[in-house]
Amino acid sequence: MKRLLPVLPALWLAAFVLLPVILTLKISLSTPATAQPPYLPVLDWSAGIEGWGSFLEALDFTNFETLASDALYRDAALSSVTLAAIATAILALIGTPIALAMARAPERWQPRLVALLIVPFWTSFLIRIYAWIAILKPEGLLSAGLMKLGLIARPLEILNSQGAVLIGLTYAYLPFMVLPLYAVLTKLDPRLPEAAADLGAGPTRVFWTVTLPLARPGLTAGALLCFVPMVGEFIIPDLLGGSDTLMLGRVLWSEFFSNRDWPLASAVAILVLVLVVGPLILFREDEATEREAGR
Amino acid sequence: MASTHAPGPAGLLTCAGLGKRFGAHAAVTDLDLTLQPGEFVCLLGPSGCGKSTLLRLIAGFETPSTGTIRLGGADITADPPHRRPVNMMFQSYALFPHLSVAANLAYGLSGLGRAARQARVDDLLRLVRLDGFGPRRPDTLSGGQRQRVALARALARAPQVLLLDEPLGALDRALREETQGELRALQRRLGTSFIVVTHDPAEALALADRIGVMEGGRLVQIGDGASLYERPANRFVAGLLGDVNLIPGRVRDRDPGGLTRLDTALGPLRARGAAAGEGVIALRPERIALSRAPSGDGPDLPGQVVETTYLGDRVRLRVRLADGTAWRVSAPTDAEAPAVGETVHLSYPPERAWLMPAAG
Amino acid sequence: MRALDRIALTCGLGFLYAPILILVIYSFNASALVTVWGGFSTRWYGVLVADVPLREAAGISLVVALASAALATVFGTLAALALDRGGRFAGRRVFLGLIYAPLVMPEVITGLSLLLLFVGFGLDRGLLTLVVAHATLGLGFVAVIVGARLRGLDRSLEEAAADLGAAPARVFATVTLPLIAPSLAAAFLLAFTLSLDDLVIASFVSGPGATTLPMRLYSQVRLGVNPEINAASTLLVGTVTAIVLTASWLTGRKGSA
Repeated sequence: MKRLLPVLPALWLAAFVLLPVILTLKISLSTPATAQPPYLPVLDWSAGIEGWGSFLEALDFTNFETLASDALYRDAALSSVTLAAIATAILALIGTPIALAMARAPERWQPRLVALLIVPFWTSFLIRIYAWIAILKPEGLLSAGLMKLGLIARPLEILNSQGAVLIGLTYAYLPFMVLPLYAVLTKLDPRLPEAAADLGAGPTRVFWTVTLPLARPGLTAGALLCFVPMVGEFIIPDLLGGSDTLMLGRVLWSEFFSNRDWPLASAVAILVLVLVVGPLILFREDEATEREAGR
Repeated sequence: MASTHAPGPAGLLTCAGLGKRFGAHAAVTDLDLTLQPGEFVCLLGPSGCGKSTLLRLIAGFETPSTGTIRLGGADITADPPHRRPVNMMFQSYALFPHLSVAANLAYGLSGLGRAARQARVDDLLRLVRLDGFGPRRPDTLSGGQRQRVALARALARAPQVLLLDEPLGALDRALREETQGELRALQRRLGTSFIVVTHDPAEALALADRIGVMEGGRLVQIGDGASLYERPANRFVAGLLGDVNLIPGRVRDRDPGGLTRLDTALGPLRARGAAAGEGVIALRPERIALSRAPSGDGPDLPGQVVETTYLGDRVRLRVRLADGTAWRVSAPTDAEAPAVGETVHLSYPPERAWLMPAAG
Repeated sequence: MRALDRIALTCGLGFLYAPILILVIYSFNASALVTVWGGFSTRWYGVLVADVPLREAAGISLVVALASAALATVFGTLAALALDRGGRFAGRRVFLGLIYAPLVMPEVITGLSLLLLFVGFGLDRGLLTLVVAHATLGLGFVAVIVGARLRGLDRSLEEAAADLGAAPARVFATVTLPLIAPSLAAAFLLAFTLSLDDLVIASFVSGPGATTLPMRLYSQVRLGVNPEINAASTLLVGTVTAIVLTASWLTGRKGSA
């Protein structure tokens, strides 16, 4: 009975997570074609095993050559990673004081604070990003407010820029940074910072020498939970970024939907996977050891 | 508030009119405590009596709602913990898990130069017999070793007062008794004033020069172990420090020997101490003499043995008396103990019984 | 509470809620210009109710979310049970990786790879493919939530039931299941919301006739800010907030009882 438990979910995951990724890898090595589906070779079901053989054998590396040689893809990869890294750094910077404040809040407030943090995360991602358009556009509320205060003379040109994308990334992923950090900080023995203060450390030294080192697992988890999906983010650069804001998620989208170049889109997907595979493995090892330790 | 309290005798640490409320809950109320240089004081009481809060007030982790704390003449009530020349050894130690033993010990020594710091760490390791343990992580140490690291870390800054919150609470019984002796010897050697919080009366008796008993946020009595045992301020203190028989009565008068006479359900009884109106006599089981025939000394109280328990060094009996109450009696094992059902005669030397007020 | 902590919380929550609040306020704007206040009006809600394609899309989203959340809850719970109770079966690490992968994998990859699978196997894109894709997305979240609850479970409760003569199936039905029920509800709710919210994966795997609400909204958002979308957003935000608050109120009451 116990041995049968993993079978069903494992079959599902193999069919709908593992196999699709393998297929994507295969099709990234196919040739685009004007057909349905738009790639060659196509798996020939009637040929049985041999059909599979010839489908898997035919490998075409042109798509990856295109990725390597065309500056568009290099720039997109670079700016994806850069923007995701900058946004992750900003999140760490603003997420830490928030998580710390939550962990130090009176105990009966804490579940409510967590709920307050999660509610926006449960409301439509699309809508939350859409909300920023109204705020950031030149005739929008931010510019209007700042002009009223006399801080700026003319409307800000912030929508459709990398700045807007950074704001959107920070906004959308804030709970993903705060929650793992909070989870670690709230479990931190409050006597440890107290002991540090007792031994003569002022608040700043307590933070840098005790609180932060002990919160590092939460910071790592938060950073990966933000960075990895950010690299492939589509909605935020599409709605808030300008035409020059190239991110891999957006490139993949347009290769697929506009150019109908499925093999090239697959190659971009593989590129994104390669870029995030390092952090992903780190994250998995982290989680795995934590799970094992928790048993 | 503080001004309404007469300044106590000049001491190293003085808490005057100290109070701490958490919302509607008063954790510590109107507490006066003076600690002399080199003194070892135990705060004794059940959990929730406010003894740990008092320690945290002195360390600076909590701000008092009322009263002042003075150390060596200076008012430190408003000082943050990191500016107070007192240190704390935490319950379950609060060793920094991400730092080595040596780095834990050096944490409080950031003011010193590198070489001086290293020398001080080595001294501390030697002091608690942990030479060579400097590079180890706290989680690789045994409970007793961790306890010693915590003690050394709290001593690193040579505090004027060391606060210890249940310092032996996490140790097993055998190790605890051994460590009590070490802690006491260390305190004597260093001459540092110690305040230890404990819920274990035996530990308090073994360690302290003076024991302060706390109940419901108040310091109900402070004194050396013998005075607390022999002359408890109320039922709570009497019961905390050991088995006791409580005999309520009404104060009648004083006999020529200075003892107070009371009317009780068992007839007139005498005890030391004073009370107005209603009083309670506290009588320790081992003060009671037990014989098969009425004896000449003191009162003669006949009763029936209802239970005997052999404890090796003594026999504990429960004896039902004429008024229906059952007394605990502790008898030496050398004499032949009476059996259950036998009638015995109890008596006690009245100067070894203690009269307390009935209330409180 | 320290002043700095107050500031951090106020700014953090303000940052999170201000855009949503602005959106809600402007959904009651009489003016068609999103940034100019033209007085209070509910006209955009009228426009919204009359928008047949949007209503149809909402219906499809609801069906897909219910079906996929149910599937995700069943398979995710099985996965959590397998991880917690299955011992060290072969491929446990790979299994763990496959559960976590959809949680962090960029949505464009999940969407594209599932589409390639469906096309490669000749499946017609539509409701079915949407449900399968969303169930796969939700499965990992369910496994994480239910797994956390399983790990926190006092195993001696189940042992006591077995000791009192209950067979494994009865232990599960009468002890384990009631104890993890709150986490199952929370997991179902999360899987439901994830499905309702998803634009990217749905864009890849849905076909003609299976346009979901986010897809419909997205096509309008692309055209610029539009008060009708504000009204739709407000309804969506209100619904989700009500669900979350009810859920947290219920579990909070459970916890204190």
